[in-house]
Amino acid sequence: MLSIKDLHVEVEEKQILKGINLEIKPGEVHAIMGPNGSGKSTLSSVIAGDETYEVTNGEIIFDKEDLLELDTEERAHKGVFLSFQYPVEIPGITVTNFIKTALNSCQKAKGLPNIPAAEMLKMIREKSKLLEIDQKFLSRSLNESFSGGEKKRNEIFQMMMLNPKLAVLDETDSGLDIDALKIVAKGVNTFKNNTNAIVVITHYQRLLDYIVPDFVHVIHDGKIVKSGDKELAKELEEKGYDWIK
Amino acid sequence: MNHLKEKLLSYFIAFEEQVEKKSFLHSHRLDSFAEFEKTGFPSKGDEAWKYSYPVLLKLLQNDYSIFPKELANHKLNDLKEYFLTAADSYKIVFVDGIYNPFLSHTSHQGHDICVLSSASVQNKYKDILNTYYNKLGAKQEDLIQLNTAYVRDGAYIHIPKNTVVDYPIEIINFSTGKQQNPLFIQPRNLIVVEENAQVEIIEKHHSIAPHEVLTNVVSEVFVAKGAQVNYYKLQNDLDTASLIDNTFIRQEEKSEVGVYTFSFGGNFIRNNLNFYQEGSRINSILKGVTLIEKEQHVDNYTLVHHQHPNCESHQDYKGVYFDRSTGVFNGKIKVEKEAQKTNAFQQNNNIIFTDTATINTKPQLEIFADDVKCSHGCTVGQIDKKALFYLQSRGISHKEAKAILTYAFTNNIIEELKNPFVKKKINEILAEKLGFNLQFSFH
Repeated sequence: MLSIKDLHVEVEEKQILKGINLEIKPGEVHAIMGPNGSGKSTLSSVIAGDETYEVTNGEIIFDKEDLLELDTEERAHKGVFLSFQYPVEIPGITVTNFIKTALNSCQKAKGLPNIPAAEMLKMIREKSKLLEIDQKFLSRSLNESFSGGEKKRNEIFQMMMLNPKLAVLDETDSGLDIDALKIVAKGVNTFKNNTNAIVVITHYQRLLDYIVPDFVHVIHDGKIVKSGDKELAKELEEKGYDWIK
Repeated sequence: MNHLKEKLLSYFIAFEEQVEKKSFLHSHRLDSFAEFEKTGFPSKGDEAWKYSYPVLLKLLQNDYSIFPKELANHKLNDLKEYFLTAADSYKIVFVDGIYNPFLSHTSHQGHDICVLSSASVQNKYKDILNTYYNKLGAKQEDLIQLNTAYVRDGAYIHIPKNTVVDYPIEIINFSTGKQQNPLFIQPRNLIVVEENAQVEIIEKHHSIAPHEVLTNVVSEVFVAKGAQVNYYKLQNDLDTASLIDNTFIRQEEKSEVGVYTFSFGGNFIRNNLNFYQEGSRINSILKGVTLIEKEQHVDNYTLVHHQHPNCESHQDYKGVYFDRSTGVFNGKIKVEKEAQKTNAFQQNNNIIFTDTATINTKPQLEIFADDVKCSHGCTVGQIDKKALFYLQSRGISHKEAKAILTYAFTNNIIEELKNPFVKKKINEILAEKLGFNLQFSFH
């Protein structure tokens, strides 16, 4: 589904990624771990199409298409989703209006009609219930003065509504207490099936107790230095990152 | 001497011949005419016109028709789109400055919602006119004197004590372009709201054909103890239209007045908005959204005069500038020595979309009291790139994401509007201006 080859990325003439290779197939969960500043979040931003980063070499192929040729919104239309580490606060737009607009924009891009209001409402109710999101929360301004946990739950809510093929979760566990973590994991596990894939980017092993990865990769200094199964994550938790450098 | 001033001076006698001389307005006309003869139009170097003088000067070069004679004939159906609601409002309608009874819906049942030309020749209105007419205007600058001299008509609204007016009042000035020359009109509104009364007013100016018009409108609003007034100004005219709006509001104790100004279209708009607080526990609200394009120019020039203790004022203006459009915000807050415990708030935030759009924003605070809370702030920026990326990452197109963020930027002011017709209209205009279909359930 996703094939990253020799990916080099710069920001302000500083090399961040120095040759990333990654193969992801439908039904797989990949965890990408690594110390702060290793390039984990850069990788997720580049997949989503953040123009702050410049790809200097390599390619990202998604469903046989060159992802780097597509605009951010076109990537979303193809089924790429990024759960932001720091979701942006947008006063003046409610969560509901935002998700309706997003969903119907994707429908339109695919040449499909708008989702009928009743159906939309049903979907919103279902997904928000699963994530234990209060109805009042849905009429608040997008991310404005949300707690850390509320922001992350809102990201997972959007993921479930948009139902992407590839979901990249960037530090979704940061700032969550254990209860919130469990709710988020429940959402992700409900979403997961054998036609979609999930990339979990995290600093800690904790989240991986709830979202169990098939593969674990360690990034250090812009390269994947080690890959393994879920046992690798546990090893990292015990020994830290130093032994791998 | 300016050609236009000369023309105005030489036509005055002819103008007075045409209008009712027995009118109460006559003596005021004469006094103001003499005053205007002395002062003339704002001149170069006039601080109040610093950023708008070039535009004004250009407008004053036109060879205006200054008192059209014929009543243009228009049917209600042709103009329906300009009204906020077909049935649920009072309407005071002027066409090329002349009252049009066929398009209007006035009322004398428990209140007076009618026209100045008629009220000013009837004895029963004499007391009100004596007490209020030109009481705020007389002390003002040149353009107000010109309006008082050349006034022909306008709204006359008197809401007695404890009366809550059942429908909003629409004051609409149409210009038709039937005259050969550009048109210069001087509408004049008098609004008197007695103790504990409540009323909503909506003022609009519309050209129904692309033809140059300059409107110099003066509104005097008197709001007695405990009364509430919401005044909406919807400015969305053609590029051939220019508007100088002069509004003076005198508030007595415990009254609350909100003026909401939406400037979305027109060649040039100047809003001189002045609040005089004459009592304690007064609340004055001044809010506005400017969203303009091409070479349009909007100048919001506000004054809030705090003269008594324990009063509040809340100002919040948002500006969005496309293309080569230009904006001015000048907000003056004056707090007199007696006005202790004043709470005065002022905010002006702007987004500019191009390198060629400009905004000049200037807070002006004169505070003579020591125990007050006064805050002001202004920002000029662009659409947040991170927010754009966030929206696009959810499948929303770049264009639509920009529109949504612009809409969101203005939303706190629109959300607060109490009149549902006004709110709906503003949302419709914004969706159209921003060029996309909001998937929103407006509430």
